[in-house]
Amino acid sequence: MSDMQFHDKLKVTSSPHLVSALDTRKTMICVLLAVAPSAVMGIVYFGFYSLILLAGCMAFSALCEYGYDRIMHLDNTARDCSCLVTGAILALTLPPTLPLWMAFVGCFVAIVIVKCLYGGIGRNIANPAIVGRIVLLLSFTSQMTTWRVTKFMGAGTDAITGATPLGMLSESGMEGMPDLMALLLGNRGGSLGECCILAILLGGIFLIVKKIISPVIPVSYLSTVFLFSLIYYLVRPEAGYSAFYMALFHLLAGGVVFGAFFCATDYVTSPVLRNGRIIYGIGCGFFTMVIRLFCSYPEGASFAILFMNIMTPLIDRYTIDRYYGITNKKKEGEISG
Amino acid sequence: MLFGTRRLPSIEAGHYKNTAAMPTQEMPIPAVVSLSMSENIGAPCSPLVKKGDHVLVGQKIGDSEAFLSVPIHSSVSGTVTGIETMRNAMGGMDTYVVIETDGKQEVWPDIKAPVLEDQPGFIKAMRESGLVGLGGAAFPTWVKLNPKNLIDIDTFIVNGAECEPFITSDHRTMLEDADNVIDGTLAVMKWLIAENGFIAIEDNKQDAIEGFNRLLKERGIENIKVFPLPARYPKGAERVLIEEITGKKCAAGVLPASLGLIVMNITSTAFVGQYLKDGMPLTKKRITVDGDAVAEPKNILAPIGASIRDIIEFCGGYKKEPKKILMGGPMMGRAVYSDRMPLIKNNNAILAFSDEQARIPEESACINCGRCHEGCPFHLLPCAYADAYEKKDVKRLKDLQVMQCMECGGCSFVCPARRPLTMINKLSKALVKEAGDNV
Repeated sequence: MSDMQFHDKLKVTSSPHLVSALDTRKTMICVLLAVAPSAVMGIVYFGFYSLILLAGCMAFSALCEYGYDRIMHLDNTARDCSCLVTGAILALTLPPTLPLWMAFVGCFVAIVIVKCLYGGIGRNIANPAIVGRIVLLLSFTSQMTTWRVTKFMGAGTDAITGATPLGMLSESGMEGMPDLMALLLGNRGGSLGECCILAILLGGIFLIVKKIISPVIPVSYLSTVFLFSLIYYLVRPEAGYSAFYMALFHLLAGGVVFGAFFCATDYVTSPVLRNGRIIYGIGCGFFTMVIRLFCSYPEGASFAILFMNIMTPLIDRYTIDRYYGITNKKKEGEISG
Repeated sequence: MLFGTRRLPSIEAGHYKNTAAMPTQEMPIPAVVSLSMSENIGAPCSPLVKKGDHVLVGQKIGDSEAFLSVPIHSSVSGTVTGIETMRNAMGGMDTYVVIETDGKQEVWPDIKAPVLEDQPGFIKAMRESGLVGLGGAAFPTWVKLNPKNLIDIDTFIVNGAECEPFITSDHRTMLEDADNVIDGTLAVMKWLIAENGFIAIEDNKQDAIEGFNRLLKERGIENIKVFPLPARYPKGAERVLIEEITGKKCAAGVLPASLGLIVMNITSTAFVGQYLKDGMPLTKKRITVDGDAVAEPKNILAPIGASIRDIIEFCGGYKKEPKKILMGGPMMGRAVYSDRMPLIKNNNAILAFSDEQARIPEESACINCGRCHEGCPFHLLPCAYADAYEKKDVKRLKDLQVMQCMECGGCSFVCPARRPLTMINKLSKALVKEAGDNV
């Protein structure tokens, strides 16, 4: 006994003594991987400048966060990669021809004003990328609504601008509209990353399979969009098109699929509880369609998501899941369900 | 999930059952053992021996007058060299009877199989056996088996889930001691007049499930059924197990007996079977010794009171410098400050980790992802407790049912921001208890 040495200074911590491999940084890297297919398709359709826009936004966002932390003498939070996600998602919702400096304004608003000033990751009340996009839309309306056609549209000439499908719908109806297959593949005017629905679905399914996001928000969002437009076009039929076709059109056109998978599912600004997430998804879908069909903007996904972001604390408050009943004043042995 | 029966939320904590295929080896008696006088929830015992006394294996050396207590028996034969106090793993001070062993392992002459005539006799025998809940809670078994509403008890559940990563001692009990498990189950069911018995086993232990099914068939026992559970954490927690098997919700503070149920750990049940045959009190414990600092991880049968150092020495010593040693599993086990600490009754594993495994992860801000809620079997909201705790908002903590937390560790495990949520839950519960009914 005496010849044995004891270890008397062991580390004592509270249980558990294991943690899962998935941390915030890995979560953010998974999201970056998930938006990669959309980004690649955007670059294929809209050319090399899209890549510059995307990389520029990501780099500038990281710089903003790093710079803010340095100036305010905070721990460097840029390492968790969430600023790269914000930059990438913002870039993917911009028109592919937007001047770089305007995109940087959006990045600054997103990272510094929306995220850092509210206290950094986890404290922002609205999705930074969405607010960045909306600020750009209101500040530089003409540049933000000038859409380049894809390389495979028109007659081989480049730098031709055109309208997005939703823009065409609100101005001239269904005439000359790309068919559903073109919408699915993304061969149409629109934001950098929102065009190719198949690529977005690929990324979205990746996130769901990796359990980064739950399917509740995308499913409730997209089914609300579908049902809302189905009912609308049943009441007010579009000449030559069935209501079902129009509902599918609304699902595929614009940024609603991109928004449903990558913007509305942002952890910080969406409800924690499942019932809350259903309400949130339905709200996003409802307001998207109200803006599209009854307001002057052709597309409403970003406004709808922003609105529901702000509703999130309220939704969380009223959807709390009290598994063992509402009060704690239970008698011994009595179980309330 | 979508179409099957709805199960309680759970998490994937990994299994690390490295020692599952290793038969139990009996550890030689160490030179010195220290027997803690506080080996159960409830009142500690007072030593019945003094310095210089000669003690034998199975001799009662500690007991208490208090209701919630069980006696303590010597696990060795030898001479008492002192009654010492030492800080225990919980942070409090405990009394220890230190015995220098003589290696003869002479058995106390009064030890013989108990003769059971009635239910009180059975309860008395259970108290004399020194048995406590061996799953980790150390609740005196004789108190558990003596509910006020004996007449209502209809179901006896044997908990062989063993959902903690690393630990395989219950698994080895099921393989090596299956007959005693069944005998113990039958005895408890007989004296509790319970009609149904369940042996709950996680489905990563197919050999144990098949073994029990075969044995029950061979012995023609029909009222005990094997209940396979999905191998996820924390299916072996008592309240989770009850809901999985019976569908009844068991809130914190509600005794399972009030729902007509008794749940007992499988190693405890095997001990009941063994004790009724030979009357030897609880002096040895099957434990898993594992972790990356241990040279030869294995399952061993160790005398209670053996020091962690001696136990690891039997397992080839340390391979790397140990930085963290756990009594119990990595999810709910307790980190001890020194390897002087002796084995107590309710330990089922000793895990020693090197610096690499013992590193404390860096904490960052909550990102509101909701994983802590999604993994909680009781649908609690640990991320909200953390906010409320920071503000010392006892009312909100109470309203969000923090008292229902069983501290399983799932929320801390899944948190991508590495926040110590389970610790905050424990602190919050203490805060609510402190405030009492004033809020």
